[in-house]
Amino acid sequence: MGKITTAAEAVRNIKDGDVILVGGFLMAGSPETLIKALLETSGAKDLTVVSNDTGTADSNMIKVMKTGRVIKVHASYIGANPMTGQMLIDDPNSVTLYPQGTLAEKLRCGGAGIAGFYTPVGVGTVIAEGKESRIFDGREYLLETALRGNVAFVKATIADKFGNCFLRGSTKNFGAIMARAADYVVAEAQKIVEVGELDPELVTIPGIFIDALVQSEDA
Amino acid sequence: MDIKNFIARRVARELKDGDVVNLGIGLPTLVANHVPEGVQITLQAEHGILGAGPTPEPGKEDPDITNAGGFPITVIPGASFFDSATSFAVIRGGHVDVTVLGALQVDEKGNIANWMVPGKRVPGMGGAMDLVVGAKEVIVAMEHSLKGSPKIFKECTYPLTAVGVVKKIITEMGVMDITTEGIVLKEIAPGVTIDDIQALTDAQLIISAELKVMDC
Repeated sequence: MGKITTAAEAVRNIKDGDVILVGGFLMAGSPETLIKALLETSGAKDLTVVSNDTGTADSNMIKVMKTGRVIKVHASYIGANPMTGQMLIDDPNSVTLYPQGTLAEKLRCGGAGIAGFYTPVGVGTVIAEGKESRIFDGREYLLETALRGNVAFVKATIADKFGNCFLRGSTKNFGAIMARAADYVVAEAQKIVEVGELDPELVTIPGIFIDALVQSEDA
Repeated sequence: MDIKNFIARRVARELKDGDVVNLGIGLPTLVANHVPEGVQITLQAEHGILGAGPTPEPGKEDPDITNAGGFPITVIPGASFFDSATSFAVIRGGHVDVTVLGALQVDEKGNIANWMVPGKRVPGMGGAMDLVVGAKEVIVAMEHSLKGSPKIFKECTYPLTAVGVVKKIITEMGVMDITTEGIVLKEIAPGVTIDDIQALTDAQLIISAELKVMDC
C-alpha cells in the first residue's frame, strides 16, 4: 500500500485530454512541486485545468500554460495570471468562470456523490444563461452540476505515509475539497511522517482520498 | 484625511458589535482601520478564515496565513481556518452580517455591477457574486463618480454581479439608502450641495425629510 512516490512518477499517470484539479488560492496551498513536474516531465497535452485562480505570474502553472498544453480552464478569478486572461481573449470558450462559492460547491459535490445543487448565486446575471432555474420558497435558484477531475494535485503541510494530510492555516482552501473529487489524487507534503505520528484530530484530508504522496520541494 | 479613508470611516460606523464582516479589496479594506471603540467585529476572508487580523510586523510573515489578495496577515484570538466549501457555506448560508464592496455601477433597484467592464480584460468575479447574494447587508463603498462620470444609475449597463441586493451606498458626497421608491439621500457631506451630488448621479435622488450632514 505504499503511496510514496516521486513527482515525476506521479505525473506519468496524466493522459492527453485529462481534467486536472489544482488546489491553492493564489500561492497559498499551491502544489508547485507537482505542477513543475507536469511542466518538465509530463508531455500530456489538451489538458483542462480546474483551479480557483490558475496561480500568479510567479507560479509554475503560468509556465505550463505557456507551452500551450492547457486548452481549457475552469476558475473563478484569473486576474493574477495574465496567460489565462489572454486565453479568454483569444477564445472566450476556453475559459469558464464561476462564482467562487459555486466552483467550490461543484467540486464538493463531485467528491460527495451529489449530481448537482440549486444556488441563488448568479440569478439575473450572465451566469444564469442556459441554466435551469427553479423557485423554492419564493426565491429563484440556478441548477449547477458537479465537477470532477481525472487527477487532483494538492499541497499538505504534513502527511503521514497512509496519506492523512494536515493543511495549515489558509492553505486548506480548494485542495481540501479537490482531494475528494478526482480519480487519481496526488498530495505533495512539506513534511512526511510515519503512520501514527499525525494526530487524527488534525487530519484535514483523510488518507483514503490520497493515492500518491510526494515530498514537496517547499520543505 | 483622504477621500478613501473618509468613506471608510463613515462605513465603519454602520458596523455593530459582534458583526461578521467581509471587506472587499481596495477601499473597503480600509474600513478595518476605523472600527469605533467598543465595537468588536469578526473579519471573514473568502478563502477560509474567520477572525482575520492586521498585517504582521516585518519578518513575522507566515506564507500559510494570507488574505484574499495573497498578502500575509495575522489572525486574532478566537480565529478559525477552514476550506473553501465551508467558507462559502458561511457566505452563501447567510452567516455574514455585512459585506462592504466597491462597484463600477449601482442602480436604484439595488443592482450592482462590479466584476467586468465590457471590452476590457476580465479578471473574473471571484467571491463577489456569492458575497452580495449571501450577506445579510450589502454596503457599497466607493468614490461617488469616476472622474466626474456617474456610477449611480437609474439602470446599470455593465454585466451584473447580482440583482436587487444593495441597500446602502456610502461615498465621499453622501449616504444613500436604496428603497422601493428609489435612492434616498440621507446624509450629505460637509460643503456639498444637493445640486452638486445630483449632478454626479444618473438616478434621480429622493431627498430625505431628515437629511443630515454626513457624520464622520
